[in-house]
Amino acid sequence: MTAASSAARDSGPTLAQRLRIRGLDGVTLLVVPCVLLAIALFVYPFFYGLWLSFQPKNGGAALTNYQRFFTEPFLSKTIWTTLRLALPVTLLNLFLAVPIAFRVRLMKRQRLLTTILVLPITLGTVLIAEGMLFYFGPQGWLTRTLMWLGVISQPLHVVHTYWGVFLSLVIAIFPFTFLLTLSYVTGIDPSLEQAAATLGASPAARFREIFLPLLLPGLAITFCLSFVQAFSVLPSAVLVGDPANTTRVISIAAYQAAFEEYDYSLASAIAMIMGAVQLMVVVVVLGGRTLLYRGPVAAAKG
Amino acid sequence: MTVATTKFETLRLEDMSRDFGTFNALKGLNLTIRRGEFIALLGPSGCGKTTALNCIAGLLDVTGGRIMLDDTRIDTLRPEERGFGMVFQNYALFPHMSVRRNVGFGLKMRGVPKAEIAARVDAVLATVRLSSQADKLPGQLSGGQQQRVAIARAIVIEPPLVLMDEPLSNLDAKLRLEMRGEIRRIHQSLGSTTIYVTHDQEEALSLADRIVVIREGVIRQVGTPAELYASPAHLDVADFMGFRNRVPGKVIARDGDLVTLDVGDGARLIGHARDGVRDGAVGIAMARPDDLAPTDAASGIPATIETIEYRGREYHGLARTAGGLEVFFSAPSAHPVGDLVRLGADPDRVLVYPEEKP
Repeated sequence: MTAASSAARDSGPTLAQRLRIRGLDGVTLLVVPCVLLAIALFVYPFFYGLWLSFQPKNGGAALTNYQRFFTEPFLSKTIWTTLRLALPVTLLNLFLAVPIAFRVRLMKRQRLLTTILVLPITLGTVLIAEGMLFYFGPQGWLTRTLMWLGVISQPLHVVHTYWGVFLSLVIAIFPFTFLLTLSYVTGIDPSLEQAAATLGASPAARFREIFLPLLLPGLAITFCLSFVQAFSVLPSAVLVGDPANTTRVISIAAYQAAFEEYDYSLASAIAMIMGAVQLMVVVVVLGGRTLLYRGPVAAAKG
Repeated sequence: MTVATTKFETLRLEDMSRDFGTFNALKGLNLTIRRGEFIALLGPSGCGKTTALNCIAGLLDVTGGRIMLDDTRIDTLRPEERGFGMVFQNYALFPHMSVRRNVGFGLKMRGVPKAEIAARVDAVLATVRLSSQADKLPGQLSGGQQQRVAIARAIVIEPPLVLMDEPLSNLDAKLRLEMRGEIRRIHQSLGSTTIYVTHDQEEALSLADRIVVIREGVIRQVGTPAELYASPAHLDVADFMGFRNRVPGKVIARDGDLVTLDVGDGARLIGHARDGVRDGAVGIAMARPDDLAPTDAASGIPATIETIEYRGREYHGLARTAGGLEVFFSAPSAHPVGDLVRLGADPDRVLVYPEEKP
């Protein structure tokens, strides 16, 4: 045996081995592009925006923009306007998604249905808004059909109201909510339900005692992700909403600050406030989630 | 809710069938199970035994025939209305509930008062020797403990019938033996009726009062373990009961029910003929590896040893005849691989079946 190889033998695990034990190996490098991208597109703009929000356009104290936002009802009211849209939309989507997911989990042709449901996501909010204008508008099919049938005598006021945005958000976000819910529902081992049935549990009791507790943590995540999407609504609030009043959401305020007043500092502050509100809702929901059972949802196995 | 918790005398499967589209998983099963019996449904995977169990439990609807509990037709009832206890292959313990809540679930669903639930859960946990684990979650238990929770959960509701779907298949060999004894002990101490699905003939033999052998959705034979072990009615049942050697030969002599087969190469095998074996026709001799051993007799089957392995008390080997037939045998001492041996068997240990029509 040569001296070199005996030295290698005595020196214990190599550097590569020691790094591997700590979870660092070649595969770890695969996350590098992702991290760089996240820094370039998210971390840097975030901190730049945060810094900018403390540099008021017309000078003054660092918190001037924030003071202005919370003292001018025209601005601060947008938080409530947005929540009033995003929270009911998210809840309605969840309430619709759960029962449908329960039916779909038993279906054989799930893929066809999922394909149909994914379509609205790929269309984007602008196309959905345009479709809604044609369908729900004062000259739309729905109004014309209902008037022809004599059900109504005045055109329906759906678009350019709160309900127009509400509907467009439901349509745009439901597929996302549903697919996420479906994956949580199908993740629950069907033998658990069968076991509950043989033990005398009615369908309602099986849902209440077995499915719901196992599903809630997943629904909390689904709620957060869907809520964040609904909260950042912009195009449909303008296109099918009432952007001067009932659907003057917070992103419109930020948009106007940036591109109508050219006050990037105020716009940044609004964006920060928007993020903070989203974060608060998410923290509350996920905080509640820690009170729930969060273990495996398959039948436990040793 | 009409939970059938009353004691019964017989459970009858009358022409019970189940189709999945064009596939007939069960083709008209007829079987009467008496109270207190331990019945094993035995068969290879895909034979329909689990389908049969699920039909009895109500987890699958039958597509033909009836299931009768004494004079009550139960195949029309939903599983929660039948009130049978079921132990699932993967245990199906509720992962978010403690052992105590898992076991008490059935009682809670029946509206049993809380104090009584607690008392009965404690009692059954003592029966399955899990009292100290009552407040743990299933995920914190070992496989054998989870298995016992599953049994406790099924029996605490005092069901007229306990259904078990391969409950030991996820356990290691040692634990499987232990739990086998445990299941038998619980069955006896409760006086319950048990239907037990398994593909393991040893498990069925050691546990059951009667074994029902199922193959391709048809009951092939029903009998006590001793009956099935000693005299399987059909070739496939014999194969499943451990008669691994299948040696075809022409029937050349008959003495009562003992027939002599010419199995080629001048070798002879004598065995007990089953129904349908005709003189001069081809019969199939079946023997267990344990019963085929090297012999000095000139009538032994000549074969070349291919593998030989040590099994503690004896050696088990695989040999091949000149005609390419594989024979499994046992030997008291080691033989070198490549040796030519002659293999013979006690006529009382050989069964001869008529050739199966394809």
